[in-house]
Amino acid sequence: MMTLHFHIEGGNFTNAGFASSQVKKTLKQLNIDSGLIKKIVIALYEGEVNIVAHALKGEIVVEISPETITMILTDEGKGIDNIELAMKEGFSTASQKVREMGFGAGMGLPNIKKNVDQLFIESTVGVGTKLTMIKQLDHA
Amino acid sequence: MKVIDLVQQLNLKVFTPGIELDRTVSGAYVSDLLSDVMGHAREDQVWITLQSHLNVVAIASLKDLSAVLLVKGIVPPDEVIRKAEAEGIVMLGTLEQTFDVSGKIYKMLV
Ligand SMILES: Nc1ncnc2c1ncn2[C@@H]1O[C@H](COP(=O)(O)OP(=O)(O)OP(=O)(O)O)[C@@H](O)[C@H]1O
Ligand SMILES: [Mg+2]
Repeated sequence: MMTLHFHIEGGNFTNAGFASSQVKKTLKQLNIDSGLIKKIVIALYEGEVNIVAHALKGEIVVEISPETITMILTDEGKGIDNIELAMKEGFSTASQKVREMGFGAGMGLPNIKKNVDQLFIESTVGVGTKLTMIKQLDHA
Repeated sequence: MKVIDLVQQLNLKVFTPGIELDRTVSGAYVSDLLSDVMGHAREDQVWITLQSHLNVVAIASLKDLSAVLLVKGIVPPDEVIRKAEAEGIVMLGTLEQTFDVSGKIYKMLV
């Protein structure tokens, strides 16, 4: 079992994608199937950017075992009021500034859903959000 | 087809002279929405866009894209070029707008 930790700073787009890139490198070193890596990277990147775009700060913990990868993203921030609505493609509350950068299409959470085996979202408005994503590594 | 073929045939500007232009180009993806590119672009494609900030480089690298092509004469900021060189991402430019350059690349690929 291997565990990776990352701190994510809300509002700072400069380093967005760093955690995803480190996890991608690690999975490559572990010789994980490249198709699986691609899916994991899509999901993790979208979760990482959502902390940057929509929360104040967060933590990412990635646990890799021979069978599974579990990615837990916890943030402090405004939280998600209606998770079902947030999961709909096209739904976004992104600011104008974030949209000008090309974020805010409302495709991040749907991208996550499509690329992992299990996704759990817990959120409390005004407190924060926790995403748990799980992908099997041993059935490639 | 390689990145160098695109550069030569379309007379593209190369913003990252430090990187080899020998990567394969298997296709292209046109979008200015980052999550759309994240979800749908494929390895070895050229990404044609008008976005030119740091996150473009991050996505191109995470997705193993063969190059980023900026349209309409857009010039990436220096910090973007530096990050692209560090990550080995080729950044290209054209004065043409997206439709025109995409049409030419389409013809070269099929
Ligand atoms: N960590 C989070 N904290 C608070 N709100 C969030 C968080 N993640 C997602 N949301 C809410 O869910 C909406 C949809 O998220 P999703 O990732 O699908 O789209 P987006 O981030 O707005 O745009 P895109 O991901 O396409 O750039 C967001 O606009 C935001 O309102
Ligand atoms: Mg998002």
